[in-house]
Amino acid sequence: MTASTRRSFLATGIRSAGLLAMGGLACDSMRPQEGFLGLMERVNERFQRALFDPGRLAPELPEEDESDPDDFPAYKISEEYPVVPGGWVLRISGLVARQLTLSAAELRRLPRTSTRVRHHCVEGWSAVASWDGVRLSEIARLAGVDPRARYVEFRSFETGYYSSWDVESALHPQTILAYGMNGEPLATEYGAPLRLYSAVKLGYKMVKYLGEVSFLPVRTGGYWEDKGYEWFAGV
Amino acid sequence: MRRPAQPWIIRVTHWANLVLFTIMAGSGLRILAAYPFLGPRGEDYGWYPLQGVNAPPLLTIGGWLAGARHWHFAFAWFFAANALVYAIYLLASGEWKRRLFFPRRDAWNAWQTVLHDLRLRKEPPPSVGLYNGMQRLTYTGVLAMAPLLVLSGLAMYKPVQLPRLTGLLVGYDVARAIHLLVLAALTLFTVVHIVQVLLHPRTLVDMTIGGPERPEGTP
Repeated sequence: MTASTRRSFLATGIRSAGLLAMGGLACDSMRPQEGFLGLMERVNERFQRALFDPGRLAPELPEEDESDPDDFPAYKISEEYPVVPGGWVLRISGLVARQLTLSAAELRRLPRTSTRVRHHCVEGWSAVASWDGVRLSEIARLAGVDPRARYVEFRSFETGYYSSWDVESALHPQTILAYGMNGEPLATEYGAPLRLYSAVKLGYKMVKYLGEVSFLPVRTGGYWEDKGYEWFAGV
Repeated sequence: MRRPAQPWIIRVTHWANLVLFTIMAGSGLRILAAYPFLGPRGEDYGWYPLQGVNAPPLLTIGGWLAGARHWHFAFAWFFAANALVYAIYLLASGEWKRRLFFPRRDAWNAWQTVLHDLRLRKEPPPSVGLYNGMQRLTYTGVLAMAPLLVLSGLAMYKPVQLPRLTGLLVGYDVARAIHLLVLAALTLFTVVHIVQVLLHPRTLVDMTIGGPERPEGTP
């Protein structure tokens, strides 16, 4: 290597290291999952996973703590509510011993569970409702989930609406597929016929209008997550 | 033992704190803008006068909710770590003796300082060592509030995984209110602090290059 090629080699090296450092350390509010902010999201995910105790239950609240239904916001991702496909069924797929398709009636015949916990929205508000449905862990048991499945993807029949979770949070006893709310059948604005509900995640992770649950070896993204919201989002 | 008015660890953590606190406050205000109310849904706290009021965008950092949350949770670690370095140094070095408020040494002096500031007393009381009594009372108050800022933040971040902490702060929504109230108190402190520094520019020099050596104070 001549002195001049060595010099240019060195210069290129320094330049790319500098670019890497700048790119790697940038804080870009519009791309919060990249650069330094993205690096720290991964640090925070480790912290949240370390803190997560699969056996710890959120306190079940008494009925008088329930928010007035008018005070429990329901957000939607498009102008119109999606139309429930005729002959709707929930599909269970991915790394499972038995792929399942469950109709609304079949879901109601599975062991029913109710949970009334505080709901935490990413925006900062909290509210309380009670939710009736089936534990996802119950469905996972029926389907025979492979231990290689580390992630669970929840997909809506509404185009583009989905979220993926760590399997530990998905199988938490207070993570349910809900078909009822406050003792009534689930209303359209809250995700009928079936939605995900959980005590251990922020609200935006709870996909409405469910169509498919897949147990996967790798993580995917999500509707809100792909926009830049934090992926883990545990509470 | 003699040491400069502001030892280097205090100077470094002070200026790092300025940057980090600005990031935390700015991103926090942007997060608040997503739901600028205190209290659970349907039960707004009646005592909070600024329901629905947002901070001017110029004072916020992060641009939008997800951006601000990423800023907030990225820099929270550095904010807390910097505070921890300061706190350990304060205790280990003995600096706490000349900086913290001790009623016997500082209470009368603090009162005299208030009277002077209210123009009820002609001469300012002499500083006792590094600071006067009112300075010590104020700085000690800030140090007492700072852990509450971190703890209320953790309670909001992990209300389910940290049930005892959240319970100690009466719940998620009260923790959220505490988080904002401590910010308000620290902002008020910062405004007064800056005015005082402008009136006494020498302190700015000390906080930057250290200042003259002074004997260690005793409580």
